[in-house]
Amino acid sequence: MAAMAPGGASNSEIYKGNAGKLLLPTWLVIGFFLLIPVALMAIYSFLTKEFRGGVIWEFSLTAYDQFFLNRGLFGDEPPSIEWTYIGIFWRSIWQAGLATVLCLLIGFPTAWFIATRAPRDRTIWLLIVTVPYWVNLLIRTVSMKFLIRDEGPLNALLLSTGIIDAPLGLINTNLAVQLGLFYSYLPFMVLPVYAAVERYDFALSEAAADLYASRWTILRLVILPVVKPGIIAGCILVFVPSLGAFLAPDLLGGAKSFMIGSLIEEQFKGAAGNWPFGAAAAMILMTIVMIVLLVYARSQTREAKA
Amino acid sequence: MNKFLATSLIALTASAASAQELKLYNWFEYMPQELLDKFTAETGITVTMDTYDSNEALLASLKAGKLGAYDIAVPGDYMVKILGDEGMLGSFTPDEIPNHGNIEEQWLNVPFDEGRKSSVPYQWGSTSFAVNRDVFDGDINDTAIIFSPPEELAGKINVLDTSGETLTLASMHLAIPQCTSDRDQLKALNALVTEAKASWASFGSDVAKDVLTSGDAAAGMIWNGFSAKARNEGANIEYAYPKQGVIVWMDNLTLLKDAPNRDSALAFMNFMLEPENAAALTNFAQYSGGVKGMAEFLDPEVANSPENNPPEGTKTVFVEACPEEIQVMYDAIWTNLKK
Repeated sequence: MAAMAPGGASNSEIYKGNAGKLLLPTWLVIGFFLLIPVALMAIYSFLTKEFRGGVIWEFSLTAYDQFFLNRGLFGDEPPSIEWTYIGIFWRSIWQAGLATVLCLLIGFPTAWFIATRAPRDRTIWLLIVTVPYWVNLLIRTVSMKFLIRDEGPLNALLLSTGIIDAPLGLINTNLAVQLGLFYSYLPFMVLPVYAAVERYDFALSEAAADLYASRWTILRLVILPVVKPGIIAGCILVFVPSLGAFLAPDLLGGAKSFMIGSLIEEQFKGAAGNWPFGAAAAMILMTIVMIVLLVYARSQTREAKA
Repeated sequence: MNKFLATSLIALTASAASAQELKLYNWFEYMPQELLDKFTAETGITVTMDTYDSNEALLASLKAGKLGAYDIAVPGDYMVKILGDEGMLGSFTPDEIPNHGNIEEQWLNVPFDEGRKSSVPYQWGSTSFAVNRDVFDGDINDTAIIFSPPEELAGKINVLDTSGETLTLASMHLAIPQCTSDRDQLKALNALVTEAKASWASFGSDVAKDVLTSGDAAAGMIWNGFSAKARNEGANIEYAYPKQGVIVWMDNLTLLKDAPNRDSALAFMNFMLEPENAAALTNFAQYSGGVKGMAEFLDPEVANSPENNPPEGTKTVFVEACPEEIQVMYDAIWTNLKK
């Protein structure tokens, strides 16, 4: 009982009575910006579509039917599994997963490097990492396009130095999309990992080394378990926005193939104007993300018990 | 305190009444700032403009609650019809707009707005494609350039990222009607675009000019005025008049339902029907106007540009708005194309 408030009551007792009031802002934010929009989306996904955008207030499962069942171009064939949207989802999940792995591979050593500098230098390094992100995402993505296009500076440099003899042809490929995602979300990996590594007590490494642990063993058995929460947070912060990204696929991938984000956008902004289907796709996406997070949470609790 | 509140409220309402506004919703890169400044100088009405990049995006935005936020939008011909059918347009009588008589005869009784009761002409032009002449110097006046391209152009083609214009041009290539319900024709259309996609580098509308000037694409679907701008920016490109025809469209200043500043909207329409102002817009956008007496104010370069002067006998087609049961099949083809 180190922290005693005047009068002898502990902090937790003082706050207890006010807990409801103190949580009010949180609940307002969650309610207005999370629960109500998600509930609206869930409702819309079960409504009948109105031609060219909008909904008719009649219950319908058509949106989910369209997502999972293929009834042919004219809608009168016997239903089979619809692979179109599953394929689009799979492509997005694969791209987002790859971006997460790349961000981790580059982000972890970067965070480690920064966290092991002198405290004064860390601020400078962190600043250097975040400065590009003061600029709007759209502008950064367009800049990336300028850099990697066939007539752009990257190819000009490589051509003039004789490293390549024809342009790389990066623009409008999945690789370009990947590059865009990686670049866009790297700091979301670096910052939480940095925060975790910064708190790491390096005496633990020394102790392990004294006990003849190899460097690899130290990393695996001592460091990683301690910084794991930071890594997990970083992975979620990179994976989730990458999954819904549509700027990079549009600008760097040439909008040739839908990603989840652009598929949903098309339902609300494009000629299709199918709001219930857009809402259903968004709900399915959210369900997938929720399942991933729940599985993670369960494995954590199991670990904690063990 | 109450007195202070009351005074500031009065001040607020007074300023709202005196400062007239106009909320304009327009396509990107489609309005010269000087013209807006001139309008403000003449009328004291301040203009706020937001932009969109396709007719469908305009419709979606209005449906999602923006109706009532704007006075004027600039939909294309078929979208004027759709907005009218959806009950999203306001109306006026010709005598409310003194310059209504300046509208060219051929644009007065148009099928999408008979007698011009909701809209006045803004710009009209065509959609086809442009080809970089450094890359390909053969005959370009055939839609095969896009849909079964020669070797030099394969993999270097940009198409517009809107199903309306891209699938219409594909239909013209196959010589099938728009909004067809014939299964074989729809299957052929589906097969054509799916196969052609292998030769396409990208889908993009707002970047249609940029991809040609930057060299990202060697051929690309584009609007004629946008193509002229790309040429003026130094790209060695030529706008094609395919033998299958070009898509023709007209964008229109259209009064929206529940316009918050109806008087300002009508004043702006009147202003844009002045031949001098219509010509200034045309010189900027480089399409064609629909107003009488513009000729003397036009830049000869714009008036005589190859993009604005199709060869005699060029076939023209307007994009049609399909009924719902047919549109879903075109939507399916488009999704299938981009899956």
